[in-house]
Amino acid sequence: MIEIEALTKDYLELTVVDHVGLTVADGEIAVIVGTSGSGKTTLLRMINRLIEPTSGTVKIDGQDTRDVPAFELRRRIGYAIQGHGLFPHRTVGQNIATVPTLLGWDKGKIAARVDELLELFQLPAAEFRDRMPSELSGGQQQRVGVARALAAEPKLLLMDEPFGALDPIIRAKAQSDLLAIQKRFGTTIVLVTHDMEEAIHLGSRIAVMDKGKLLQYAPPDEIIARPATPFVAELIGTGERPFRLLSLGKVRDLVESGPAQGEPISADASLRDAYAECLWTGREMLPVVDADGASIGRIRRDDIAHKAERPQ
Amino acid sequence: MTDAAIAAPTRSFAVDKLGVLIAALAAIAAFLPFAAFRANRIVLGEAKGLFAALPGWEAAALAIVLAAGIGIALFRTPTLWRLATSLVVLALLFVAIGHAGTFLTPPGDKIARVSPGAGFWLLIFAFALLAADAIARLKLKPWTRIGVLAAVALFFAVLLGSGTLNDLSILREYANRGDTFWREAQTHLALALGSLAAATVAGIPIGILCHRSDAWRAPVLNVLNAIQTIPSIALFGLLIAPLAWVAANIPGASAVGISGIGAAPAMVALFAYSLLPVVANTVVGLDGVPPAANDAAKGMGMTDWQRLVTVEFPLAFPVILTGIRIVLVQNIGLATIAALIGGGGFGVFVFQGVGQTAMDLVLLGAVPTVALAFAAAVVLDAIVEMVSPKDTRRD
Ligand SMILES: Nc1ncnc2c1ncn2[C@@H]1O[C@H](COP(=O)(O)OP(=O)(O)O)[C@@H](O)[C@H]1O
Ligand SMILES: [Mg+2]
Repeated sequence: MIEIEALTKDYLELTVVDHVGLTVADGEIAVIVGTSGSGKTTLLRMINRLIEPTSGTVKIDGQDTRDVPAFELRRRIGYAIQGHGLFPHRTVGQNIATVPTLLGWDKGKIAARVDELLELFQLPAAEFRDRMPSELSGGQQQRVGVARALAAEPKLLLMDEPFGALDPIIRAKAQSDLLAIQKRFGTTIVLVTHDMEEAIHLGSRIAVMDKGKLLQYAPPDEIIARPATPFVAELIGTGERPFRLLSLGKVRDLVESGPAQGEPISADASLRDAYAECLWTGREMLPVVDADGASIGRIRRDDIAHKAERPQ
Repeated sequence: MTDAAIAAPTRSFAVDKLGVLIAALAAIAAFLPFAAFRANRIVLGEAKGLFAALPGWEAAALAIVLAAGIGIALFRTPTLWRLATSLVVLALLFVAIGHAGTFLTPPGDKIARVSPGAGFWLLIFAFALLAADAIARLKLKPWTRIGVLAAVALFFAVLLGSGTLNDLSILREYANRGDTFWREAQTHLALALGSLAAATVAGIPIGILCHRSDAWRAPVLNVLNAIQTIPSIALFGLLIAPLAWVAANIPGASAVGISGIGAAPAMVALFAYSLLPVVANTVVGLDGVPPAANDAAKGMGMTDWQRLVTVEFPLAFPVILTGIRIVLVQNIGLATIAALIGGGGFGVFVFQGVGQTAMDLVLLGAVPTVALAFAAAVVLDAIVEMVSPKDTRRD
């Protein structure tokens, strides 16, 4: 668990992060979102003390981060940055091995961990282990960057716009990979982005920042339904609100028994996709199948539309 | 494929731009003396053209080879041919000048001098140009370049060992002072390499300090820059007084070899000149380390020292090595001046030769210096290329 209290950073007269307080429970993904210059990166980097706070405290599992030497603290926390930050003179394998090496793991254990992570990120170890970062595509570099951050099995992972440099298709893939890995290891993640869509997709909670202040910290549905300030509402985009709400729900939540005509939809698809399918094919209802293709009922367009209404 | 097939016939008759220059130089060389003969070391020489300097058939053969070489240079021929041609012509020229020495020297005459003439040097220059151009166009791998250098060195070793060049004046000078030559060669290398080692050991930490602290950066670089602008002879001279004072007043100083003249001030001067390239390249190299790599290193919990050793230094190394290359080549040349203040080295022959107006003696000092500097440049350029990251980005 991370507890941040009254965390503040001043540069001379300028207050860049202003009395921010928030708590991230174990296994949650907290997404910090805001416009450029709102203090997101500064807030994130104060967690692993890459930036020393002017005042306020950060506690990780109850321990004040100032009670441990900074380099030791950072070895326990995964850190992935935009543009991956891979060491250009080291192979993919050596890059991933960075923190385990710093921690003095033995060679066999490090090699096994490197291969395990490469496979996990769908980069066949035999092929990729000895490549140089410059020999990878942008998407592959980004995956190696995240693999490196996870190498020493940190309980906490900090990510600063990790997908910012990727094109939309690779980006969507990277996001779903991250969710899968987070589920598997139960890692607590604090992720910075300027993209509200990404925040809603990934976040169990979203922290909206503006000019160094935390405007709202809440689960995505609450942020959409009850934005705390006009700025938050604007960031979500008023016209987008019903669709953003739908993107949070799954087809599975609204399945009823009964038949329907035409191409079926997966129970794990988002309500937003189901609604789009109804509109596009002019159908009142869609047949629903589960992951192995077995029919489990149907979903009605009206039910979906109802879900898009402002929650009470 | 088809483009090349169509273009080939026209291209084979096309004239190469550099070839025109080489042909022009060779044409001028034909009107200049191939060798010069002097009855003794310091009288004025008589110019000898190619056919006067060599036995008739040998001169004719060389003339034909030269003509063929010029033809190959003049037209657009395959690069490998051009390289082979230039190397063969250069080798034959050196053999021929050796034969000219033997041919022109009356049997048993120990004081007559034969030296290469302006025509010879111009031909060497023209075909060296062709070789350099071909090597550049072939984009040879670093190891191959070192291999070519080694082959050239081996060629000269065999040529000198075989005695083919023994009747040339420069080797006559060498024969008179064989022991001194190798002693001065050692001194020369010790001066150049010793000052380089000292500058590297001192310069890299100073560079790191300048990189990390803005307060040091400007003052240190300005002082080193100012030192570079002092003319070398002045700097060597300026050091005489303070070092003489040190030798006279600090106990033990003269016992370890410090004195106003000799190797000590030469070493200090070379060291002072060497610092700027090493320090400046260290700073530039460290500045060029990608900020994201530094940020990641800190973020993953490297200490400052670990980051310096495992990330910053390896990434800056090719640039630092470029600085070391500059210093080595510069010092091999500058060490010649050490002889002026009694520091020894190849400069001894140069200054003695100037004093006696004996050009051959000047060459005995100058030729090895130039050859050493050239070899150092080739080897270090190759090493720099080997340690530099290759650009193999795929996306
Ligand atoms: N070292 C610094 N000195 C002065 N101002 C800074 C420094 N670092 C960041 N800032 C300022 O702090 C503000 C917030 O920066 P940052 O946290 O990087 O924002 P974000 O990540 O949200 O784009 C910006 O206005 C930036 O100019
Ligand atoms: Mg930022």
